[in-house]
Amino acid sequence: MRRFLSYRDFDWTLMAFVVALSVISVLEIYSATLHTKFVHFDEKQMLWLAGGFVSMFILSLIDYHILLDIAVWAYGFCLVSLVAVLAVGTKVLGARRWIHLPGGIHFQPSEWVKLILIVVLARFFSNLSGRDLTWKDIFKAMALVGLPMLLVLKQPDLGTALTYAPVLLVGLFLGGIRFKHAAILCIAASLALVPAWYKVLKPYQKQRLTSFMSPDNDPRGSGYQIRQSLIAVGSGGIWGQGAEKGTQTQGDFLPIPYTDFIFAAFCEEHGLAGAIFVLLLYFLLLMRLVQNAQTAADLPGTLIIMGVVAVLIFQIAVNVGMVIGFMPVTGIPLPLMSYGGSSVLFTFLALGIVMNIRMSRFVN
Amino acid sequence: MAGTYNKDDRIPTIKLTVMQYIIAAILVILVSGLWRLQVLGAQNYRALAEANRIRKVPILAPRGKIYDRDGRLLVDNYPSVTCFLVPEQARNLDADLPLIADGLHMQIDQLQAILLRYRHQPKYQPIPLRQDIAPDEQAFIAAHANELPELETIEEQRRLYPSNGFAAHLIGYVGEVSEDMLDDPRYAFYQPGDVVGRSGVEESYDPVLRGQDGSRDVIVDSHGRELGALGIEPATPGKSIKLTIDLDVQKAAEEALGPRQGAIIAIDPRSGEVLAMVSHPTFDPNQFAIRIHRNEWNKLITDPDHPLMNKAIQAQLAPGSTFKIIEAIAGLQEGIAEDLKVDCHGGAVFYGRYFKCWITARHTSHGITDITKGIYQSCDVFFYTLAEKMGIDMIAKWAHMFGLGQKTGIDLPNEAAGIVPSPEWKMRNYHQKWFAGETISVGIGQGALAVTPIQLVRALAGIGSGGVLKRPHVVFPDEVPADLKEYYRDQFPGSGDQNIHIDPANWQTVTDAMAQVVTFAGTAGFAQLQGIDFAGKTGSAQIVSNAYKASVGGGAKLNDTAWFVGMSPRRNPEIAVVVMWQNGSEGYFSARLAARVIEAYVDKERLRDHNLMQVAAKANPEAVKPASPVPAAPAKDKSAPETAKPKSVGKLHHPRVAGAPPTEMAALWTSNLAHPADPQAKQLPPRISAAFSMPKGKTLQAGTFLLPPPPQGKASRVP
Repeated sequence: MRRFLSYRDFDWTLMAFVVALSVISVLEIYSATLHTKFVHFDEKQMLWLAGGFVSMFILSLIDYHILLDIAVWAYGFCLVSLVAVLAVGTKVLGARRWIHLPGGIHFQPSEWVKLILIVVLARFFSNLSGRDLTWKDIFKAMALVGLPMLLVLKQPDLGTALTYAPVLLVGLFLGGIRFKHAAILCIAASLALVPAWYKVLKPYQKQRLTSFMSPDNDPRGSGYQIRQSLIAVGSGGIWGQGAEKGTQTQGDFLPIPYTDFIFAAFCEEHGLAGAIFVLLLYFLLLMRLVQNAQTAADLPGTLIIMGVVAVLIFQIAVNVGMVIGFMPVTGIPLPLMSYGGSSVLFTFLALGIVMNIRMSRFVN
Repeated sequence: MAGTYNKDDRIPTIKLTVMQYIIAAILVILVSGLWRLQVLGAQNYRALAEANRIRKVPILAPRGKIYDRDGRLLVDNYPSVTCFLVPEQARNLDADLPLIADGLHMQIDQLQAILLRYRHQPKYQPIPLRQDIAPDEQAFIAAHANELPELETIEEQRRLYPSNGFAAHLIGYVGEVSEDMLDDPRYAFYQPGDVVGRSGVEESYDPVLRGQDGSRDVIVDSHGRELGALGIEPATPGKSIKLTIDLDVQKAAEEALGPRQGAIIAIDPRSGEVLAMVSHPTFDPNQFAIRIHRNEWNKLITDPDHPLMNKAIQAQLAPGSTFKIIEAIAGLQEGIAEDLKVDCHGGAVFYGRYFKCWITARHTSHGITDITKGIYQSCDVFFYTLAEKMGIDMIAKWAHMFGLGQKTGIDLPNEAAGIVPSPEWKMRNYHQKWFAGETISVGIGQGALAVTPIQLVRALAGIGSGGVLKRPHVVFPDEVPADLKEYYRDQFPGSGDQNIHIDPANWQTVTDAMAQVVTFAGTAGFAQLQGIDFAGKTGSAQIVSNAYKASVGGGAKLNDTAWFVGMSPRRNPEIAVVVMWQNGSEGYFSARLAARVIEAYVDKERLRDHNLMQVAAKANPEAVKPASPVPAAPAKDKSAPETAKPKSVGKLHHPRVAGAPPTEMAALWTSNLAHPADPQAKQLPPRISAAFSMPKGKTLQAGTFLLPPPPQGKASRVP
């Protein structure tokens, strides 16, 4: 039945956008780390990307229905690994996010949790056989996402925890939530925000969430990153200052210009023109993904791809929003641009599943 | 295996379309944000980015040098090299320490203590190890640039003043501009941390001496590390100035006053040029050039003898009998004194009170006394009577006319005004009526009358000059740039130049009487100078009443102020000297100090005349030839006997030939001036003198410096 996968059906168009963004990413990481002690990060990123492409091709050969079948086990493994992080994880900068394994390997479980959540929710909403969601379904879905979210919040890693939310929201929307329920949920959520603000969030998190609105109040303190990012983006102008010539990036004024603030570094060196080009690539990539969702063979396929879309657009919006002062500093990387193995791996594994869904569309 | 899902169970297309629109909307919002920053705000952010990365590093302008009237160097700059250690650049700091300690002649534990003190600052910030390092230490650092990359040197210009506090009050010192000064509009253009003149000529001529700092634009990263340089705006050095001070006269005055507290001023009454100005006790301004130590500073400002005070222009004291000259000329001009004859019995009763004459202390009296005898014998009874006949208003009018009770307008900071008492003055300040008896006290320069030494010498020299009073000054007016002339006129207000009509007969009477003061008929007989027309007036001014002095059992601190104002020649003097010796008791002690200064001046002028004749006689072919540098002559040659003069002429006095090449001359102040006031007189370390520029191929001698050729305009100064 599903044995006739062909690379003729592989989405080479999508692949082209991904490669383009990856090349831009490596070049910008090279420029941003040129005169720093991170000088070979562009080469390391290429290794990560190579690993990412290989994983993508491997995963594209595995039927996504197998993933759907093992989703329950995977979900259980997720929870265990998140608890393990809290118990035995390494503390870096006050947060336990990493697990170190023998042999120098370390990884961040919260990244692959994203992927598994997408699959688990797709399975959950597909099994409702087309009927509208009841309150019970809604709460079940919320619990499925809420449990790992709380564990990640406990690390604490607010940014990653927040990326789980759009998977749930898009799932609810596509899964068939009623307008009335949605309205009630919105009101309840906004009411819940008030106690959450005062009870759950730590003071530094609150400060990070508010300082983006008035970075000039405290230019040396928490507003510093936002301020330097705005200066970097703004001084790029329309055509940019040229590769390796951004004074904010090269002078180390811009914080971490190869990960979270890589888009600011890119905007400084390549201007509005470059920024629009990159956003256009993202737009085409996402449109292609939605198109693939539409042509998927069945409902879980559609839901998985839309879950990936949800995570990607959320990360793009929050990261670029942060760089241009629309959003608080949350430490969410820009997919396909920011340096980092976990992020690269997540994106390419997700794309691997998407590829498989696309290649399976004519398979009966 | 894999679960099966119903293929017809699909999500409505509309929902996916909605998702597409949401994605598009999000990206449009992001692009709008980019537009706002990169198109609308581009210029603003560009400027902010530039401000981030470009730092202006000042290039300090060297301050102008200060010369005496003959072009001899008084104040110089010397390049001072400070050694820094940058921990970040070290390969193995602990292993390097012994080598560093050896090369910089320091102890290892001393180095470790410095490193410990700076351990909390970032590793890239330089730690100052030692200021003022010697040339061999500089060479050590340069030679070990590869082994010790952590060592760096910075060169800056420091002020080098004469040692031992020579002319310290006159010259002043520099220091960092203070918070209070920054509020003053005069210092509007200064930045915190700028070095400005804080006293003396350094303060009053700061706008001339200070140059225009330049700057270097450097590119820095967020830690302040230099990444590169952009452009340089060079510094404009300050203008050097020439003082009216004559180093030889100044030295004679310093040595004459010696350890005594007080002040000596020598002026040229024809122009108002100050030839010498000394105030003791003194201080070492070099201590201020390298950040003065807190303890040293406290010692200076709490010392009861006020070493920082320039007593020559700031001490306000009763003039004593020296005031009698002003009173005499006033009495003569008003027609009261000429025929006045008073029979002195050692005292007299005025307004019901008995006023003693000083002569009673010698158990005798002056007998019949006229104006001439009244002056040279300083008869108090004569001047009591004259004061009673003139009245306080007339005395005050004449005292004001001769510039008392107001600033002279000398171009030095913080001049005091003094007091000329009068009924209005007393009513205004004390709301009391004037008592007639006070007029009698004022008649002998006592009572509330208070003058500064500079006022007194200007007034008495003015009388000697037939009523021509000049504004005293320490810098030649043509040294002041035209655009600052007005500034200086406003900055130092005073009585300026005055022409007071004096009848020639009266002038002759008073000046002849003053000449008699320094004969054995007068009060200062031991001060007379052989072969020099010398005139003057003594004064001993009480600082407390005799009754009080007796009640506390005397004590040197309560002794009278000993005044003497002398001049030579007696009419139209070329030099007038005031000596104010605090607690010196008797005016004739001061007279002998003044005589030494006048003698030094006259000796020099005689040498100079001789020198000029020599140059003229040599006739021109040889005169234009560069005079070969002469070795420095010991300063004492000046007072050598007449026969020795031709030998020392060329050494001490600059041949006044236009266009002469630089000549090495004795810089007197480095010749270890034995300063009795400062038993622990410190010599500048020899390496400082080594730092001066010397002509190539010449050996350096201690105390010799290079002088520029004299400016042409000054050649005709000697009348």
